[in-house]
Amino acid sequence: MAGSGNNHLRENTDDTLLRVENLVVEFPSGRRNKVHAVSDISFDIMEGETLGIVGESGCGKSTTAKAIIQLPKPTAGKVEYQGTNLTELDKEGMRQQRPSIQMIYQDPISSLNPRRTVFNIVNEGTRVWSTEHGAAQEQKVDEMIEAVGLDPREAKTRRPHEYSGGQCQRISVARALVLDPKVIICDEPVSSLDVSVQARILNMLQDMKEEYKLTLLFISHDLSVVKNVSDRVAVMYLGKICEIGDGDLIYEKPTHPYTRLLLAAIPDPKNKHKDITDILEGELPSPLNPPSGCRFRTRCPRATEKCAAEEPEFRQIGNDDHWVACHFPHIEGDDLGPNDEISWPPDPQK
Amino acid sequence: MSHETETPSTLLKLDDYRVGFRTERGLAKAVDGVSYELNSGKTLAIVGESGSGKTVLNRGIMGLLGSNINESGSVKFQGEELVNTNRQKFWGKKMAMIFQDPMTSLNPVMKVGKQVSEPLRLHQGMSRKEARHRTVELFTLVGIPEPSQRFDEYPHQLSGGMRQRVMISIALAIEPDLLIADEPTTSLDVTVQKYILDLLVEVQKESNMAMTIITHDLGVARGRADEILVMYGGRVMEHAPAETLFNEMAHPYTSALLSSIPKLDDPKHTRLTPIEGFPPDIVDGPDGCKFAARCQYAQENCLSELPDTTVKGDHSYACFYPIGTDEGAKAFASNAERGHTAAGLKIRAKEEVI
Repeated sequence: MAGSGNNHLRENTDDTLLRVENLVVEFPSGRRNKVHAVSDISFDIMEGETLGIVGESGCGKSTTAKAIIQLPKPTAGKVEYQGTNLTELDKEGMRQQRPSIQMIYQDPISSLNPRRTVFNIVNEGTRVWSTEHGAAQEQKVDEMIEAVGLDPREAKTRRPHEYSGGQCQRISVARALVLDPKVIICDEPVSSLDVSVQARILNMLQDMKEEYKLTLLFISHDLSVVKNVSDRVAVMYLGKICEIGDGDLIYEKPTHPYTRLLLAAIPDPKNKHKDITDILEGELPSPLNPPSGCRFRTRCPRATEKCAAEEPEFRQIGNDDHWVACHFPHIEGDDLGPNDEISWPPDPQK
Repeated sequence: MSHETETPSTLLKLDDYRVGFRTERGLAKAVDGVSYELNSGKTLAIVGESGSGKTVLNRGIMGLLGSNINESGSVKFQGEELVNTNRQKFWGKKMAMIFQDPMTSLNPVMKVGKQVSEPLRLHQGMSRKEARHRTVELFTLVGIPEPSQRFDEYPHQLSGGMRQRVMISIALAIEPDLLIADEPTTSLDVTVQKYILDLLVEVQKESNMAMTIITHDLGVARGRADEILVMYGGRVMEHAPAETLFNEMAHPYTSALLSSIPKLDDPKHTRLTPIEGFPPDIVDGPDGCKFAARCQYAQENCLSELPDTTVKGDHSYACFYPIGTDEGAKAFASNAERGHTAAGLKIRAKEEVI
């Protein structure tokens, strides 16, 4: 597989906290087939940065998150955390790293054990890892429960079902933070919450990030939410990153045809991309047998024969932190779009 | 009853409609006095958070709530009173509903084609062959590729977007006069959501049916609905034509709901303004305005008296201190001065004006 290159990776410095290179995750399906869930993606996150991953269901964003914490181990590629390659660690080595990379899951209620008290849920990690014991350890748990806005006395006796969805998500945050992690991976943390609660959780994550100097990997299908929380944004489609860079730049001037279509679909009358009239034809191709070349070509209004033959490499837009993997991106004043070849896209009827 | 003349196009008319569930603690007032009218060919969006009563209201209209409820007030559909009657004769032909979750609302052990053609044979007396032909037509209309092959597939063989399209084709099969879509796109991706919503609006315009879209997303409501009705705690907070609602927003709840959503225009890391507090208890709720405990404008009388609905043309709202009026500005100023509202809620530094 040619891959889209690693041009977009920044220099590996001491500030690089997490560096994912050529990550591939495949699952066996049936006797001979493979699901190509994540195919050769690379990205890096600097300390204190928030990277947002956005994409539709089935694009591999959750698989990417899980591959970082080695659940399961990726098929190929490197996951470097502070210079240590997590994929090469043995069981005990990885166990030592786990406290510093924590995860918050999508469904706040089913990700908490219903039979344990909230205090015990938050305490579980410290019971295993804490160097302090007894009262000091309990005090830390109480402080964390209080920091996320819950009553530590109630938490001693109550169980998750006695809390609302928003409060359960706070418990998840407390459980993750109590181990003093450096990286928090948030997999759709607010998608099952009401908008008013969502705003509170997002604000809280932001506060926690500043207070505990966290680095976030934030996964969501909601583009407005990702825009709000992220410094950099990566757009994924069918196991590939198609555009990555500064959040404001990508939202202001999307260059990949898929990013443009995604932004145009946001139901907001003030959406400045709503004039984009191209429509996303057809269905998501099966990850069992992804298209050759550019994965988006079967649905792309700009696709040509080149897109089928050659996989696009990441290229920089101007001198900005804005990278796109496309042969014919939408760049102002730079008409790279195909003019006469555009009749190529295959007939969707066939 | 009111003496208003009902125009022939009034399809659905609710007057002080209430639904209560009997619970051990008492009556849970899920819908607490809702009135509105819906004409043929119009789209109404009902917007609210979970627990605001929007789904119960519409299930109540459809008569899908079972027997453990107390219904009162009036719901007139094509001039016929529905409350406390069996509404089964209306299902399918007159009114149909699309449910939120396409995974659980289709029968997993029945081919999707059969699920669509069954009502056609039942209600319209079509033969097996005719029904199959019509189903394939409907599948084409809602944008299902290879419709005649899909006919013989089971729900698990289809993606979420496809399943929702099957649901829509079931609802459209008999061309109902009223279509209620309960969060039709909540579980779908944005690009699919756009397609489904555009499709619904297109079909609705063509067949001149009335449609109610239930949603928690003001963005979905705007741009597609003719009118928007904002619900909170089982009551109507504000009801207006879509653009009026956004331009002349009067109710503090509508404003709070809108300002809690992250906007695409805002730069990254813009601080959001959530709604503080919790939704009211519907069994033993507050005496006054349901939103008073969380409202930045709340005064003493908001806690004890229920505000009447103010009607200004086609814009109506239930608030003592609406935004954009002198009373509203004064109420907010006095709360800002004392640093908290009558309900004891702390006031944010600056007023949110939209």
